[in-house]
Amino acid sequence: MNLRRVSAISRKEFIQIIRDPRSLALAIVIPMILIVLFGFALSLDIDNIPLAIWDRDNTRASVDFLLNFKNSKYFQIIGYYDNYRDLQRLIDSGKAMMAMVIEKDFSQDLLSGRPAPVQLILDGSDSNTATIALGYANAVVTQYNTNIILNIMKKYTKENPTPVNLQSRIWFNPDFQSKLFIVPGLIAVIIMIISSLLTSLTVAREWERGTMEQLISTPVRRAELLLGKFLPYFAIGFFDLIMSVLLGVFAFGVPMRGSVILLLILSSVFLTGALTQGMLISIVTKNQRTASQLAILSSFLPTFLLSGFTYEIFNMPKVVQALTFLIPARYYIIILRGIYLKAVGLDVLWRPSLLLCIFAFIIVSVAIRKFKKKIA
Amino acid sequence: MTSIKAVSLTRKFDNITAVDDLSFEVPEGEIFGLVGPDGAGKTTTMRLLTGILEPTSGEGWVYGKHIVKESESLKDNIGYMSQRFGLYEDLTVMENVNFYADIYCVSGNERSDRIEKLLGFSGLTPFKGRLAGKLSGGMKQKLGLACALIHTPKVLFLDEPTNGVDPVSRRDFWKILYNLLKEKVTIFYATSYLDEAERCKRVGLIHKGKMLRCDVPDKIKEEFKAKTLEEAFIKIINEWESHAGK
Amino acid sequence: MPENNTVAVTSLEKKFGNFTAVNRINFEVSGGEIFGFLGPNGAGKSTTIRMLCGIISPTSGSGKVGGFDIIKEQGKIKQNIGYMSQRFSLYDDLTVEENIDFYSGIYRVPKDEKQARKEKIIGLAGLEAFRHRLTSTLSGGWKQRLALGCAIIHKPKIIFLDEPTSGVDPITRNNFWAIIKDMARNGITVFVTTHYMDEAENCGRMALIYKGSIIAMGTPEEMKTKIMKNTVLDIRVAKGEDWLDKIETLKGVEEAALFGVSIHAVVKDERAAIDAIKDIFKRSGLKDYKVTKIKATLEDVFVSLIEDYDKEHDESKKS
Repeated sequence: MNLRRVSAISRKEFIQIIRDPRSLALAIVIPMILIVLFGFALSLDIDNIPLAIWDRDNTRASVDFLLNFKNSKYFQIIGYYDNYRDLQRLIDSGKAMMAMVIEKDFSQDLLSGRPAPVQLILDGSDSNTATIALGYANAVVTQYNTNIILNIMKKYTKENPTPVNLQSRIWFNPDFQSKLFIVPGLIAVIIMIISSLLTSLTVAREWERGTMEQLISTPVRRAELLLGKFLPYFAIGFFDLIMSVLLGVFAFGVPMRGSVILLLILSSVFLTGALTQGMLISIVTKNQRTASQLAILSSFLPTFLLSGFTYEIFNMPKVVQALTFLIPARYYIIILRGIYLKAVGLDVLWRPSLLLCIFAFIIVSVAIRKFKKKIA
Repeated sequence: MTSIKAVSLTRKFDNITAVDDLSFEVPEGEIFGLVGPDGAGKTTTMRLLTGILEPTSGEGWVYGKHIVKESESLKDNIGYMSQRFGLYEDLTVMENVNFYADIYCVSGNERSDRIEKLLGFSGLTPFKGRLAGKLSGGMKQKLGLACALIHTPKVLFLDEPTNGVDPVSRRDFWKILYNLLKEKVTIFYATSYLDEAERCKRVGLIHKGKMLRCDVPDKIKEEFKAKTLEEAFIKIINEWESHAGK
Repeated sequence: MPENNTVAVTSLEKKFGNFTAVNRINFEVSGGEIFGFLGPNGAGKSTTIRMLCGIISPTSGSGKVGGFDIIKEQGKIKQNIGYMSQRFSLYDDLTVEENIDFYSGIYRVPKDEKQARKEKIIGLAGLEAFRHRLTSTLSGGWKQRLALGCAIIHKPKIIFLDEPTSGVDPITRNNFWAIIKDMARNGITVFVTTHYMDEAENCGRMALIYKGSIIAMGTPEEMKTKIMKNTVLDIRVAKGEDWLDKIETLKGVEEAALFGVSIHAVVKDERAAIDAIKDIFKRSGLKDYKVTKIKATLEDVFVSLIEDYDKEHDESKKS
């Protein structure tokens, strides 16, 4: 390995990146935009569900009941109405997600011990959000019911009954803020896509422009050529990584609880695999357009869908679960979330870290083997 | 000393035989012209001899190195200019030259002397800072030549270097080649222009992958009572085609 | 309307900003003539041809093509000439026939003539076997002939060919010129640009344009005799490359180059140069050599003319 040749190739590659505004934008600006966009848009938190109310009973009991919704941070009462048409209009236009109708005999039914029906109308077009909203509504109603029962029992027994009291404590993300969970995963997705996309052009471009033919007629070695091409992109990828981490901490308030050094070391391993994956695609296709399409396809889809970033792996069918073992981002996301939120070290993360190293090693060896200093 | 030697060199692509049983020798310090129409097999021959393409059968040596078994060490001794401009258009003249100087590990005083000399006689010194893509056709070819010569190769392979270059630049280009002959560099020159082939010491006429004639231009012209090589060449091909037809 | 197939320009000039691409040129081309317009890249060839075809307007000067004014009647010119550009404006994803059909539509070839015209062009270009082939799969030579066919679909009386043979091998070029000569015999005027000087031998008359100006004009024979002021000597000597420098630096020798086993020297004064050459051989005791005068090639002529022009203009700049 001749370091002079390596540095000559790196320098050349670097100049080419600097002189091409498009590749520079792809390398620096796009990742930042992606993380900001995704970070804000991909929120799974639901609060302030807009709720419209028609209280046909309008007694103390019904107002008391509604107070529970009013005091919940999950609901936002947008107004009181007195007919179905208004409610329907609000749900149709999306101004209200939920409408609640309290029947005329609510308080009477309640007092005489009959079931007191409350009608809940829910916009189910976004099933995920609707399910969560329904869950919240159920919780509020259950709480209300429990209170009633407790009060009645108190009357009869003159004692304070104590039902089971679930004392839950939530670790790592006590407020269930989804961004704490999403941002580390997002870093993995972005690094994977950008890295493999960046390098997917580098070898193919030289074949297309005819510069590779000149280069392979020189004594330069395969490993020198590939390492030389790898280094500048590694620098860019590393820069993107640091920017993403900083954005995560300062723009999204995601705490960095674990070891930064460990994070950077393991990220480098992941970055190496991702960059080389792009380069391998470039080596095999020898065509920029095919290479970039293939790079997006092979990085974006698996990383987005199968890494555990958007969908929980334990929810997937067994066959698909088996497939996720082949996705390096799966391990990287475990590592990122582990270090970020749980502040764990290699003693816990050794298994995904090892697998990440194995993946990088395999892809680098395949890339070197596949690159030939021959025309055909 | 023999600088280039080919023995039954053959290369097939699927069903097409691009280079068909070529055998020839080029002595050291000679300028040899490989002449033929487009698709005759000139570029394939070049690629075989420069070790960037493997032959289907046959053997070859360039400056004593076997083109298959020693294809990497062979590359220390050769300079190659491919048919398409092989340098980086988004790099400046100087950046390209420095890049290739590094690739060939040319260093120290030798490096700066060599660069100065090459840029000097190719007339590129005033354009050091210009992007290679912004050079004229003739200038690009001279830059390609300068980069292929940076490590003082023993054998120089040029694949249609003056294609699309105007006559004045073409003459300048040839002047540089003459200077190289004085340094005993062997030049292997592929071209489809027969007026240019007249400048070579010996020429090999290649057609459909086969070497139809290999001799001194004057002898070929005499043999076919032709005024120019072009005339002789057309006669040779027509004669061969009528034989092949039978 | 009388058939007019001549070209004539007076003081034709084209400027792009401060740059004069074409500098007040004058020439005439008579009917049925093959007129070569030669010069290095960037000399002004394409700019001139575009002005003549009515694609761009001149900065000043005037000209007529086929009797139509190149400034006022650009539309009529386009209907009456054929133009084949350097890059063969063909559609790669159409077949040979579809390309021809497209151009006959563009030139509004009458419906009842379309088929006959198409067959004639396919025959002329020898494209019979390739009718339904995609143009992208044709080799350079066939594309060139197809492009020529498309340029003459409307039976123009004048055709303009802009570097029609660039990147085409000698045999294909030979065939191409055979077609061109045949067209000229049938009374079509051919205006062709090229930077391959050996090709210029095929022209009836030619003009050499350099840095926007026409610096010489005449038949190939006139170019090589009357216009060429220098003489070319063939010096046959062993190890020519060792003598090249010495001969090139002799006084009166403009240029020296190796040609196979001999050296070609372009000299100002034939007698003086021969004496000087013989002198250096004599001094090193060499007897086995031969110096003969040979006919200049067109390339020799052009290079000499261009070098003379550069020298003159450098001097006039200095003084």
